[in-house]
Amino acid sequence: MDDLASLEARSLAAIAAAGDEGALEQARLDALGKKGAVSAALATLGKMAPDERRAAGAAINAVKDRVTEALAARKGELKSAALSARLARETIDVTLPVRPSPAEAGRVHPIAQVTDEIVSIFADMGFSVAEGPDVETDDYNFTKLNFPVGHPAREMQDTFFFAPDAKGERKLLRTHTSPVQVRTMLAKKPPIRVICPGRVYRSDWDETHTPMFHQVEGLVVDSSANLGNLKWTLEEFLKAFFETPKVGLRFRPSFFPFTEPSVEVDVQCRRSGGEIRFGEGDDWLEILGSGMVHPNVLRNCGIDPDVHQGFAFGMGIDRLAMLKYGAPDLRDFFEADVRWLRHFGFRALDVPGGE
Amino acid sequence: MKFTLGWLKDHLDTTASLGEIAATLTRVGLEVERIGDPAAKLKGFVVARVLDAKPHPNADRLRVCVVDFGAAAPAQVVCGAPNARSGMTGVFSPAGTFIPGKGITLAKGVIRGVESEGMLCSGAELEISDDHDGILDLPADAPVGMAYAAYAGLDDPTIEINLTPNRPDAAGVAGIARDLAAAGLGTLKTKDAAALAGAIPCPTPVKLDFTAADARLCPAFALRLVRGLRNGPSPEWMRRRLTAIGMRPINALVDVTNYLTFDRGRPLHVFDAAKVKGALVVRRAAAGETLLCLDGKERALDPSIVVIADDAGVESIAGVMGGERTGCDEGTTDVLIESALWDPLSIAQAGRKLGIVTDARYRFERGVDPAFCLPGLDLATRLVISTCGGEHSRVELAGAIDATRAAFPFPWSETRRLTGVDVPADEARDILRRLGFGVGDGEETALVTVPTWRPDVAAKADVVEEIVRIAGLDRVTSRPLPRPGQGPIASPLTLLQKRVRAARRALAAQGLDEAVTWSFVSADRARAFGGGKPELALANPIAAELSDMRPSLAPGLIAAAGRNASRGFGDVALFEIGQTFERADDGGQRTAAAAVRRGTAKRFGAGRHWDGAAGPVDAFDAKGDALALLEAIGAPVAGLQIVAGGPDFLHPGRSAKLQFGPTTIGWFGEFHPATLDALDVKGPLVGFEILLDALAPPKAKPTRARGKFEKSELMPVERDFAFVVPRDVKAADLLKAVRAADRALIADAGLFDVYEGAGVPDGHKSLAVNVTLQPREKTLTDSEIDAVGAKIVAEAAKRVGATLRG
Repeated sequence: MDDLASLEARSLAAIAAAGDEGALEQARLDALGKKGAVSAALATLGKMAPDERRAAGAAINAVKDRVTEALAARKGELKSAALSARLARETIDVTLPVRPSPAEAGRVHPIAQVTDEIVSIFADMGFSVAEGPDVETDDYNFTKLNFPVGHPAREMQDTFFFAPDAKGERKLLRTHTSPVQVRTMLAKKPPIRVICPGRVYRSDWDETHTPMFHQVEGLVVDSSANLGNLKWTLEEFLKAFFETPKVGLRFRPSFFPFTEPSVEVDVQCRRSGGEIRFGEGDDWLEILGSGMVHPNVLRNCGIDPDVHQGFAFGMGIDRLAMLKYGAPDLRDFFEADVRWLRHFGFRALDVPGGE
Repeated sequence: MKFTLGWLKDHLDTTASLGEIAATLTRVGLEVERIGDPAAKLKGFVVARVLDAKPHPNADRLRVCVVDFGAAAPAQVVCGAPNARSGMTGVFSPAGTFIPGKGITLAKGVIRGVESEGMLCSGAELEISDDHDGILDLPADAPVGMAYAAYAGLDDPTIEINLTPNRPDAAGVAGIARDLAAAGLGTLKTKDAAALAGAIPCPTPVKLDFTAADARLCPAFALRLVRGLRNGPSPEWMRRRLTAIGMRPINALVDVTNYLTFDRGRPLHVFDAAKVKGALVVRRAAAGETLLCLDGKERALDPSIVVIADDAGVESIAGVMGGERTGCDEGTTDVLIESALWDPLSIAQAGRKLGIVTDARYRFERGVDPAFCLPGLDLATRLVISTCGGEHSRVELAGAIDATRAAFPFPWSETRRLTGVDVPADEARDILRRLGFGVGDGEETALVTVPTWRPDVAAKADVVEEIVRIAGLDRVTSRPLPRPGQGPIASPLTLLQKRVRAARRALAAQGLDEAVTWSFVSADRARAFGGGKPELALANPIAAELSDMRPSLAPGLIAAAGRNASRGFGDVALFEIGQTFERADDGGQRTAAAAVRRGTAKRFGAGRHWDGAAGPVDAFDAKGDALALLEAIGAPVAGLQIVAGGPDFLHPGRSAKLQFGPTTIGWFGEFHPATLDALDVKGPLVGFEILLDALAPPKAKPTRARGKFEKSELMPVERDFAFVVPRDVKAADLLKAVRAADRALIADAGLFDVYEGAGVPDGHKSLAVNVTLQPREKTLTDSEIDAVGAKIVAEAAKRVGATLRG
């Protein structure tokens, strides 16, 4: 059956040579179409003797199967080649820059971030957050806090005043967040455990002073809180805030009208090349003021100082931010220069306490 | 408060080093600010003898000296001083010494062919005198080789402490020594001034001219005459100490008063008796009176100020500053020395009103020791007589000295109660006694009497402070603070505080940078944003542009955007969360969140980009920020009303108020061009502001569980409608009409195109709406879908006059 073999060879060659769907269809028609070679071969069967027909039929059908198979295989090859060609045409420059997600672009101000950090640490120690107005009365800002009228201690803080009202009362911008302590004690019975973050104002302006800055104060009043508890609280806070396993504190006697005894707190540190590390070194950095709440303040707020006692402390939020994140000039904090905000700011998703 | 180590040692017998003294001062609450070493400036200068001085071979006016300065070999020095001579003793500085008077470091040199290894120095070169004609000529017994600073007594270190306002007793060296002695650093050796009688009466009568209510202004006024004296320079040691602490020696009488001010914290005043006319009257000043003060300035007085006057008028401001007319000078032969007690508050107010800061005021307003009023006068008298000679009178005392201080029982357990530190009663008693307290013998509780020089100690807590500051605050040990109470811990944050936190993160996530701007703005800006009330204007602003409490965060943010633009960063997006002010009362302070966007700082990126450049910001960027914020704080945004037209500082056609029912919670939009002009900032600028405290609290729910979840198996069907409506119809109203057509079937209706122009009649616009129908029970038939479509068209026509676009 030389003829059948060459038919198969011819058909398979045509299939293999088909370069596209059209050529492949032509090869299929040439082989398997009504007028195709295989069909023609099959047509010859009728004239054959039964025995001969059986053998020839099987041979022709085998050829038909192989041609069909070859057609399918070639069709797959062509399809895959066409896809490859299309994909090649569709290639993009993967290095083209994309726009950053707004969630990555925006920045939280370091003061807000540090305030959130502070709140998160103290919340864990059972403190809640108390706030009060910036425009305060002389009574809450000074008198109830045991600043005697006319006493030089009032001049330690350069106060912004408003004009006297119809009743002759002269409001002021709070010089510390301590009036929030007064408001808390007047509103709530001990035990009290709050921190009071907020804006405060003093009429002063140079590299280390701005007329507005941020403070956080803490107040604990119960039946036993003492300077030892204060020291522990501050140590726990500073360790967590500065992310050091230990922190060295030094208490120094000082004076604040609203605390007695009053204590200035220094933290052990090492300074080198503009950088500051805590929990090591032999330098000391004054970091906050504190003390036992003055009995007069407790009494002014309706608390009996022989029954209840407590401690208070206060520190600068901006200063803590400067120390932790290395921003050198306080004035930059309020300049809203986007270069500074992007350098020192935090991503929206950097939520403190969540790490 | 500044003093020298030598001065301190007049009062304290101690072997402690300067370092130990400084550390102890800080440890007991007298914080050392600065230690000054005057010897450092005179380092290298030594006492030297000129062994031989020969004429210079090449210069007539120079000499070549051989100088023994204590080294193994003498030095050769070329010197041009006319008084350089063999055998004299002077001050030598070898090569390498810094010469303060010339500001140079000395080097070896060759002068006219002769080598010179150093310099023989003048007073001017050492900056100890103005004399630069000749070299220093010291007594022959000055020890050769000794450091000159030590020889001349110019090596007394200065100590400056930062004195807290509660410690007037430490405004004198003697008081500081008392604290150091109490802290175990030596023995107090301050001598009690022996009382001084006087043979003659004081010729000048003193009258305290006050009403009974005013008597507190001057409880006591003591005066003494010293006559027949010679007022010249004060003794060398006194002048040296005053100079060391930065005071200018004047003359013996004035220097004595200054010296005792610092030595004992006892300010005094001296009048030239010859210039005082008649009696001295202590009284309130009369309106219109003036005084030419000792600092040469004329000051206007009023009845709030207490003065000392004679027949010729006011001569001194009580406790603050004396007057020129009766001041002492070199011609004074008879002096009246005043030692008085004043009301601290009155002195503080007078000093503040007159703007006078003096060492006397500093001490009187903090409270001087009343018991030292007369001893101080005696001490001053002795110093005056020992320096200037003369004869002293008896003391003329007007008023009475009341030196009683508080006395109260003190339970020894109090120290442990407040500090946690165990200071045994014996140790505590000892500390208090060393500080001058009277202490009873009680085992549990003892009667404590406060010394006359401690006006700051009035109650138990003050005594605790005295005990622990001397015992040492380093004895305070850290003790855990137990967690409070039982039961669940309430949230540490209030609803508003939670909103602030959520708002901050949400706004930063919109690509906005958080700014912190001043709480005060200029009056103009306050007025432009609805503020400017007189009750919110500062009486003493630090600058004119920071005079009024801000009514809105917007002016600060707009100004910040403008500053960034002028630095070349025009596409900025800023937000702030903070306080705004409506009134001066407690409820008048609000908590707001606001943002501005400038240039092309749109919500999904600014500036040109290959994937599509950002256009100028518009009101919808601000609206997007505002809605993101409201979603983040959990506001019921579905009920939000957006009412066209915002406050006056916004573009009237491109702004809106945000409302929940009748409550306006904020605004958004494009800023009015006039607003930007007034703020001198160029647009485009858009923004929003929301009062976080204006939103009602969410309804309390018994559970946090969500509602039932309905999941339909049936495919939703979408249909589009193109409506034509009059131009002023709001899209929101059309969508509301569409949704109202069939609330059961219509799951959603969105706007996907807005068009004006060809094909749409004038004064009209085309709004294309996409409606999603969600079948509930069975698939919708075509006729059912058509029926809903007809209802939608009918409802849109009825409610907003919409027609289908042909």
